[in-house]
Amino acid sequence: MTESTLHPEAAVFREVVPAGDWWVHEIKKGQTLRIVDLEGNQAADTLFFSAADPTERYSADRTIQEQAALYLTTGTRLMSTEGNPMLTITADTCGRHDTLGGACSRESNTMRYAHDKECMHACRDSFIRGAQEWNVELTKRDITCNINFFMNVPVTPDGRLTFEDGISAPGRYVEMKAEMDVVCLISNCPQLNNPCNGWNPTPVEVLIFD
Amino acid sequence: MTPILEKTLHGGGMWSAVISRHKRLRLTDLDGGANVSMLLYNALERQERYNMPDTLKGQHIFFLREPYCLHSDMGRLLASITRDTVGWHDTVCGHSDAARVLAKYGPDSYQQSRNEWHRNARDCFLIELAKWGLGKKDLVPNLNLFSKVVSDEEGKLSFVPGYSKPGDTIELRFEMDTLVVLNTCQHPLDPDPAYQHRHVKLEVLAGGPPAADDPSLAIRPENLRAWENNETYHALRF
Repeated sequence: MTESTLHPEAAVFREVVPAGDWWVHEIKKGQTLRIVDLEGNQAADTLFFSAADPTERYSADRTIQEQAALYLTTGTRLMSTEGNPMLTITADTCGRHDTLGGACSRESNTMRYAHDKECMHACRDSFIRGAQEWNVELTKRDITCNINFFMNVPVTPDGRLTFEDGISAPGRYVEMKAEMDVVCLISNCPQLNNPCNGWNPTPVEVLIFD
Repeated sequence: MTPILEKTLHGGGMWSAVISRHKRLRLTDLDGGANVSMLLYNALERQERYNMPDTLKGQHIFFLREPYCLHSDMGRLLASITRDTVGWHDTVCGHSDAARVLAKYGPDSYQQSRNEWHRNARDCFLIELAKWGLGKKDLVPNLNLFSKVVSDEEGKLSFVPGYSKPGDTIELRFEMDTLVVLNTCQHPLDPDPAYQHRHVKLEVLAGGPPAADDPSLAIRPENLRAWENNETYHALRF
């Protein structure tokens, strides 16, 4: 747990992202992005792309490999597919964040829950629309394995993996400083079929500091 | 059964092929301590690809073994593990790149070492992907067959050296026509200071559809529903 020294009044950008919406925004090198879990236990599914070249993007496996550890928290460098640090987590009042669980999709809802859950809104649809609005060239191929801020996916030493109730709470936040010009794409998760959002998807707030 | 194809890959070797539905791919670690980095794509719609998160959360596991399945990102199965003497295959640690190989094993080049040079898994993936019209956008978290990496309660990872023994085998049954892209570069967290040229035998075998009580489909209701999605896909397409 690491608290930030930045005050919300100093932010150069603030926006509340309702559950089920996407948000896409450029973060310049040296700027800090804060994501606030306003009501608690809300998964903020997040992808990063290099602003200069979106074929360079966040890599979950490279980030895990770099720190030889699964969970993201203060000090974690979020690595790109090219092996470059994209952002570094500088404050975290939640404690740990997931990058194994990926994003929900309408197709995976049929596999995970039931065939009739295909109609329910899912993160990949939000990711696709947000990516298209930022850069018309982007397609499903650009949507890779993401970060789930505030989500709790514990792994046991014998290799089991579960989705648990969140360890986050109202007002907890994570903050990261950009090491290159990046574009942040968030899907504020609409999932209703598992405890990743505490069964009640709620808004998050994003703040950017110079 | 005579294999349709039999081939031995050397350390740092790479291979790609389309293998049709129900055929089997058998990989054998000839020397012990092998690693096979692998990615899978729907051969006909290559934007459908192996998905590490759906494979793990769909089966509530952190690693792969018989009889678990390899899931695509479209709610379907690419392959099932029908035979496995290893018992643990990693899928979260990614693959090596040129910088990591240089840092771990020191400078090397083709000029210096000819075909014993230090290849890295990222270059191998990108070379083989390009032959099928794919590239950097299609490089996603991969499988590391024969490699065991465990997590402690805090999420710290440890590579288990020499986990796979000489003669250990894994066999996959494909559940759709699948593009297989693989290489035999060392695992990125393998602490061995020496670059190892280990040999892996690769065989493609004929096979049939899963039986009604197939263990890969029975182990999780998620796998059965994904297989039902495959059946729908095939009924609509063919």
